[in-house]
Amino acid sequence: MKVVVHLLRRHWLWPAAIVAALLLPFAFFDWAHGHHSGFVLVLLSQIGLMTIFALSYNMLMGQSGLLSFGHASLFGLGSYCAAHAMNAVKAGTFWLPTELIPLVGGLGGLGFGILLGYLATKQRATAFAMITMGMGELIAACALMFKGFFGGEDGITTDRVLGTSILGVSYSAPWQVYCLVVAWTAIATLLMRLQTQTPLGRMANATRDNFERAQFVGYDPRMVRFRQFAASGFFAGIAGGLYALVYQIVTFDTMSADTSAAALLAAYIGGSGSFYGPILGTILVVLLQSGVSLLSNAWMLYVGALFVIMVMFAPGGLAGLISRHEPIRRIGRLRALLIPYLRLLFPGFITVAGTVILVELTSFATIGSAEGQHLQIGARSIDPANGMPWLTGAVVLVVGGVWLRREARNFGVRWNMLIEDAKTKWTRP
Amino acid sequence: MEVFVVTLLNGLVYGMLLFMLASGLTLIFSMMGVLNFAHASFYMLGAYFAYSVSTHIGFWPALVVAPVLCGLIGAAIEMYGLRRAHRNGHVAELLLTFGIALIIGTAVEMGWGMMPAPYRVPSLLDFPLFAIYGTQFPAYRAFMLLISGAMFGAIWAGLKYTRLGLIIQAALSHPDMASALGHNVPRVFTFVFAAGTALAGLAGVIGGNYQVTEPDMAVAMGPVVFVVVVVGGLGSLTGCFIASLLVGMVQTFSVVLDYSLADLLRLGGVQVTDTMPFNELLTMSLPRIGPLLPYALMLLFIAFKPRGLMGTRDT
Repeated sequence: MKVVVHLLRRHWLWPAAIVAALLLPFAFFDWAHGHHSGFVLVLLSQIGLMTIFALSYNMLMGQSGLLSFGHASLFGLGSYCAAHAMNAVKAGTFWLPTELIPLVGGLGGLGFGILLGYLATKQRATAFAMITMGMGELIAACALMFKGFFGGEDGITTDRVLGTSILGVSYSAPWQVYCLVVAWTAIATLLMRLQTQTPLGRMANATRDNFERAQFVGYDPRMVRFRQFAASGFFAGIAGGLYALVYQIVTFDTMSADTSAAALLAAYIGGSGSFYGPILGTILVVLLQSGVSLLSNAWMLYVGALFVIMVMFAPGGLAGLISRHEPIRRIGRLRALLIPYLRLLFPGFITVAGTVILVELTSFATIGSAEGQHLQIGARSIDPANGMPWLTGAVVLVVGGVWLRREARNFGVRWNMLIEDAKTKWTRP
Repeated sequence: MEVFVVTLLNGLVYGMLLFMLASGLTLIFSMMGVLNFAHASFYMLGAYFAYSVSTHIGFWPALVVAPVLCGLIGAAIEMYGLRRAHRNGHVAELLLTFGIALIIGTAVEMGWGMMPAPYRVPSLLDFPLFAIYGTQFPAYRAFMLLISGAMFGAIWAGLKYTRLGLIIQAALSHPDMASALGHNVPRVFTFVFAAGTALAGLAGVIGGNYQVTEPDMAVAMGPVVFVVVVVGGLGSLTGCFIASLLVGMVQTFSVVLDYSLADLLRLGGVQVTDTMPFNELLTMSLPRIGPLLPYALMLLFIAFKPRGLMGTRDT
């Protein structure tokens, strides 16, 4: 009992996060008809499985300093394995509880992780990035060529209602699947968190920081990379298995370069330096992906721009930005930043608005008009052939940019003052 | 026989096109340690710029204007982006170019549309140059060979015999010493990055109408160029040249040789049937499997010669 209380006090965020994840769909519950919003449930399931995928990606990028551009092949192969297993269970070839289907995906990811990792981890850093990219392309191309396993362009369709649940759940409703996704996300996240504490996880950090010294200590950096790659393949496969359960169809898109890029963007924007960063990044990227892509043709441009800004100004990602406030929080001066932040907010909003106006005008002038769409703000229709909207956008952008620059300079002065303050005032307890 | 000669020439043309891209990538990489993920995007930009310029002014001005535009964009990225990202190490630089590749890809879709652009071979060069055993060889391909060959010669002579080339080589191996001698090393870096992207742009100008100018061309070309660089060996220009030709030949020959592994086994007296394991792989004909071959070649090299043909460095 004492242990449980102690654990809860130290790690209260874990149960809190799980409860929040389970309660969140009820905020969008359709009380009139008494059912959940299907869109929200699929969106949240997508966030859950992409969280596992982004965290498994960060086992390579953040923990081991290995930049993979073909991580989606492990995700996709795990997904195909799970889909085939589901079809086999459905056909009665063997018995397996529905709850353990993601594990099949995980084992598939582990197997292919060992196979691909054996070759890819012969190199590190830049060469590793290029090799994984080549492998990713190879496997994605194979998916279109070999119909037996990958099903060609149509992919593999499957049915998650297997009737083999050990909990007696049918999994016909999205809500039941969502609960399964939450459970697996929690398990996989916990396992990955614990993995960072193992000797392998620690040595992965060591080979990232200085692989020559790691060699002198007596470890083979290649074996460390290899094991880390295989372990990360296992978790990517679990995410792929959940994908097969949620969507009931697996196509070659799961292995495309875009899927790899999504993991990279999520992990980096969230912050690859901290364990929890990729979770923040996943939430942001999936929301942008499914929210903005409904509204705009140019959502990739916004995500790309956000990514470039992060690389240049906040290499620690969102998690890094948050942790930079730590010294100021310790001296209790966080409130002094409120006004400077509010002053940044307005010019920042204007700058973003100007950029969005210009980007959307361009996008509607080409892609939108080809698809017969019209740009509308409220009830007013806006014609991109007209000069006025362009001028407005440009003026808003320039005014906002200049203002933002000024405010940013003020903010920098204020920030440095507070940090200096924190350095002098705070003494180690 | 005639198939062989014609395919050899086509392979040479494609290989030299690959080399134009891969050489810029290798130069930038060996100098600055930056793997430019946006390199193929500049190839695409070059093709689209050339298409726009050639519809308004003409193909010949485009041959100069488009690479210069690409070079200017490259210089701006180096000065305002990479220098800042460099403080956070090479990984940040690589990720920056990756983000730029995403942005250029979407920007091209927005600027010119999703459909392929009708970028055509100039009418002056649109005639068969000669015929070998009845198969015609277009003059434009000879022109491509001429441009890429001249470019190769120019790089080689420029690096070896000009003052600028010597400074670049010095800045490459001993940046601190070159800087102490009064050379502006950051400016040299900007110049190299701009030159590399301009080369990619030039490859786009002459490659865009040889292949298809479409928003997917960067995604299609990028990984192949990486394969060339890995097979040739990181940082080696000569290895890069050999690997470009090798990959070019492999790609073009695989299209004309209509055989499969099953045919090979039949020579050995084994008949492949539907019930055999991997029969799908064995009966796959070479032209269908062609796009995979560069990657398979890369895997072979990684398995048996991880440093590539002439590589001297690991990363």
